[in-house]
Amino acid sequence: MTDLGWWGVPLGVLGGALRVSTPFLFVSLGECITEKSGRINLGLEGIMVMGAMAGYAVSLASGNPWLGVLAAGFAGLALGLLHGLICNLARVNDIAVGIGLMLFGTGFAFFLGKPYIQPKAPNLPAFSLGGWSELPQVQAALQVSPLLLIGIALAFALAWALCNTRWGLVLRMVGDSSDAARAMGYNVNLVRTLATAAGGLLAGVGGSFLSLYYPGSWTEGLSSGQGLMAVALVIFARWNPVYCFYAALMFGGAGSLGPALQSVGITSGYYLYNAAPYVLTLAIMLATCSPTRTLAGAPGELSIVR
Amino acid sequence: MASKRSYTRRDALRVISGASALSLIPGWAWAQTKLTVGVIYVGPRDDYGYNQAQAQAAAALKKLPGIKVVEQEKVPETTDVQKTMASMIEQDGATLLFPTSFGYFDPHMLKMAEKYPKVRFAHCGGMWTEGKHPKNTGSYFGYIDECQYLNGIVAAHVSKSKKIGFIAAKPIPQVLRNCNAFLMGARSVDPKITCQLIVTGDWSLPVKEAEAVNSMVDQGVDVITCHVDSPKVVVETAEKRGIYSCGYHANQAALAPKGYLTGAEWNWLTVYQQHVKDALSGAPFKNFVRGGLKEGFVKMSAYGKAVPDAAKKKADATKAAMLKGDYVIFKGPLKDNTGKEVIAAGAALKQTDPVLEQMNYLVEGVVGKV
Repeated sequence: MTDLGWWGVPLGVLGGALRVSTPFLFVSLGECITEKSGRINLGLEGIMVMGAMAGYAVSLASGNPWLGVLAAGFAGLALGLLHGLICNLARVNDIAVGIGLMLFGTGFAFFLGKPYIQPKAPNLPAFSLGGWSELPQVQAALQVSPLLLIGIALAFALAWALCNTRWGLVLRMVGDSSDAARAMGYNVNLVRTLATAAGGLLAGVGGSFLSLYYPGSWTEGLSSGQGLMAVALVIFARWNPVYCFYAALMFGGAGSLGPALQSVGITSGYYLYNAAPYVLTLAIMLATCSPTRTLAGAPGELSIVR
Repeated sequence: MASKRSYTRRDALRVISGASALSLIPGWAWAQTKLTVGVIYVGPRDDYGYNQAQAQAAAALKKLPGIKVVEQEKVPETTDVQKTMASMIEQDGATLLFPTSFGYFDPHMLKMAEKYPKVRFAHCGGMWTEGKHPKNTGSYFGYIDECQYLNGIVAAHVSKSKKIGFIAAKPIPQVLRNCNAFLMGARSVDPKITCQLIVTGDWSLPVKEAEAVNSMVDQGVDVITCHVDSPKVVVETAEKRGIYSCGYHANQAALAPKGYLTGAEWNWLTVYQQHVKDALSGAPFKNFVRGGLKEGFVKMSAYGKAVPDAAKKKADATKAAMLKGDYVIFKGPLKDNTGKEVIAAGAALKQTDPVLEQMNYLVEGVVGKV
C-alpha cells in the first residue's frame, strides 16, 4: 500500500464526510420539514434509534437490507405520527413531547433490540466511485452508500419543492402564520401532523443507515447523540435543505478529523480535535448572529423563535 | 342496612389453602438455594465485550447447584446502582454482589457496604486499598496485558507493513498497559515495528471507532486491536477493510472469520467461583484478588486461520513461560516514546507490582500521546 503521509488527513476527512454524514443528512432533512410547518420534534434521536433497530431486525429476518430500510421508515413514520397527533391536542408543548418521545424511542428500541445485538444482518451494498484511482485508500474513501445519493437528491428536490409547489407553499404558510393558513381554508393541524410524520420517516431511514451500512451493526450505543446534533444542525443550516446537506458533510468530515490526525501522528490535543464539529458550530453561529433581527429563514410559528 | 356477610366453610377453606400455597413458594426456594449472587452490568450482557465476559461467568455460576443468580443490565454509574444493590439484597436475599463496572465503586458500593456489613461486595477493577476501604468490599482484576503481549507476537508475524494499531477509549493506566504490552510483544519478534494509538475519548462510540479503523488502514496499519467496551465495530470494520484484528474482552472470532488472529479474553469464572466457595464455607472475604494466565483469570482465543505456524510456536512458548509464572514483560532498560527512561536497566517489574497499576506512559515505538 502506498504511503500517503499527510495526504491521509484530507482524504480521511473526505472519506469521513461521505461515510458519516448520511444519518445527519436524513435526520436534518426530516427536522427541516417538521420545523417548516411550525413545530419542533426533538424526539428524532429516539426515532433514529428505533429506525436503526427496526431496520436491522427486518434485514436479519428477511435477508434483504432494503426491506430493512423500508421498515425503519415505517417505524419512524409511526413515531412521527404519534408526536404529531399528541401535539394537536390543546396546550401541549411540542418540545416537552419531543423529549418524552426521545426517551421512549431509545428505551423501546433497546427493549425490542435485545435479541439483535449478537446476530449479523446483511448490510446495504456500496457504490464504488473510486475506480479511476489505483490507490486503495482513495478507493476506500470513495465507497458511497446509495442512501447518501438518495439523500442528496432529496435535499435538492425538497429545496425546489418548498419554493415551487403548492404543497411547499402550504407547508411554509402553516409554519409562518397559522392565522393566514386558516383564513385560506387549510387545516393547520393536519398539515403539521403530516409534516411531523414525514420528518419521522426520514429520521427512521437515517437510523437504518447506522445499523445497515456504517458502522453496520446494531448496538445500544450506536447513535451516541447524532440525532440531537442533527436537530441543531437544522437551525445552523437556516432551515434550507441544501444547506442541511453541506452542514451534514461538514459535521461528518469534522468528526473524522480527530482519528485522521492521530493516525498520521498529530497526537497532542486530540480532545480538541474530537470537539471540532462543536467548535465549528459555535464559531459560525457567533459569526452570523445578530442582535437586531431574528434568524433569517426561521418559520414564524416556531416556538423557539416566537 | 348493611347486610351481615356470613363466612361459609368454603370461604375458610379457600383462604387457608391460598395462604398455605403462597407460603410454600418461598419455603421451597429457601430449601433449594444456599446462596444468592447478584451481578450488575453497566451495558448489555451480549455486547461482544466487557459485559459479555462478566455475563458468561454469571451464566456458568447459574448451573452450580444451590446457587441463585440475579442479574441487572444497563445500570448507570449513579445512585441507580445503589437502588439496584439494595433491592438485590433486600428482595432477592443476595449476600454476594458483583458490581462489575469501574464507576460503581466510589461512592455507591462503599455506601452500600457500610449499610449492609454482612454482604460481600466484589468489584471489578483495581480500586480497593487496605486500611482505606471496608473489609466486606474488595476488588478483582486480571493481568490481561499478558494476553495483549501474546496478541502482539502473533500480530508481528502477519504484519507486512510493520505498522500495527491500537484503538483506546481513554488514556488510563489499564489501557496504556495493554497498548504497551501489545507493542512489546510485537517488538519481541521484530524490533522495527511501530504501533499507532488512536484515542476515541469514551468507552462506547461506534462511529468514531469505525472512523479510527478506517484512518489507520489508510495509513498502512494492517493489524488492529483495541480497548473499548465493545470491540464489535472495530473487528467488523477491520474485516471489511481486509486487515487482521486481535480481539479483546471476549471472543469476536465469529465477526471476522478471515482476519481474526487471536484475542485477549477474560475468564471471570475463576474469580466468581472462588468468591462463591468462600461465601458458602464462611471463609473470610478475599479483598485483593489478582491473577493472569497462570491463575486462569485470562485466556486466549483459539488461533484463526491466518496465523502461521511460526507465530503459533513463538506465542505458545511465551505463553508456557507465563503459565509457569516466571515471565516478566516490563523490565529495564525501558524507555517511553519521548526518550525518557521509565524502568532502569536491571530492574524487573513483576506482574503483581502495584507500580504497574499506575502506568502513565507509552513505550518507545508507540505513536501517540497520553
